Amino acid sequence: MEGVLDVVGVESPGGVVVPTSYYLVLSAVLFGLGVVAFVFKRNIITVFMSIELMLNAVNLAFVAFSRALGQMQGQVFVFFVIVVAAAEAAVGMAITIVIARNRGTLNVERVDTLKH
Amino acid sequence: MTPQIAIFLVLAALAVAGAVSLILQRHPIHSALSLIVVMVALAGLYLLQGADFIAAVQIIVYAGAIMVLFVFVIMLLNAGEEERTNLSRMAQYVGVPLGVVFLVEVAYWVGRATSHMSQSTPQSVSTHDLSTLLFREYVFPFELTSFLILIAILGALVLARREDSE
Repeated sequence: MEGVLDVVGVESPGGVVVPTSYYLVLSAVLFGLGVVAFVFKRNIITVFMSIELMLNAVNLAFVAFSRALGQMQGQVFVFFVIVVAAAEAAVGMAITIVIARNRGTLNVERVDTLKH
Repeated sequence: MTPQIAIFLVLAALAVAGAVSLILQRHPIHSALSLIVVMVALAGLYLLQGADFIAAVQIIVYAGAIMVLFVFVIMLLNAGEEERTNLSRMAQYVGVPLGVVFLVEVAYWVGRATSHMSQSTPQSVSTHDLSTLLFREYVFPFELTSFLILIAILGALVLARREDSE
């Protein structure tokens, strides 16, 4: 079965495709940037966004392995990861709203009750 | 250079630029828009790998639903610019270079350890085969995710409800 890009003629039959390692390197770089954003950002909404970035990087690795090994289970897993990310975003945003209402700030450094 | 590798490089550069922009932007709404750029670039990469269904789900669910939720909350809470907190000297002169070194090293070793995989024969996965697998072997986890979504909706409603309305 052909993908969309095969149909529009981007993939030359029998031609060289992008090596799997390229995708995995990109996935590692995106995950690392997500970790950096998670540590450096102060706004709680941006911290949630960096978690989404890390999940996306892992999804890319799943799809790359799925294609390289010729197995579909990787794509099923990506589907489940997206569903769980949607649930996580919904609950996370509700918690963010509660924090903003109770404390009047979105700065994670000001949310430090457990410290004192 | 084949057209595929050229497309990969353009989309990869777009994704990395979006991720860096997510870190550097001070305003959350700019960070959210940068993340949407990353997600659209990744959808293009999924198309390049023949994962049509996942690419469509990525656009509809991630770039559509989830990011709209983020933008909605940013606007609802009227989130302003992030407060600048000065990094400690230790973090500035030791942490940042070590982080960059770690990132480069992980990318290098991942690329090196998996370079032999480029020889395996790639194949596209059709949406038909994927849905057959999803609704036969993985139908129980699939039904569980609907419960998960339901519980998440209820939890979000209970959390975000005002206390005084009881």
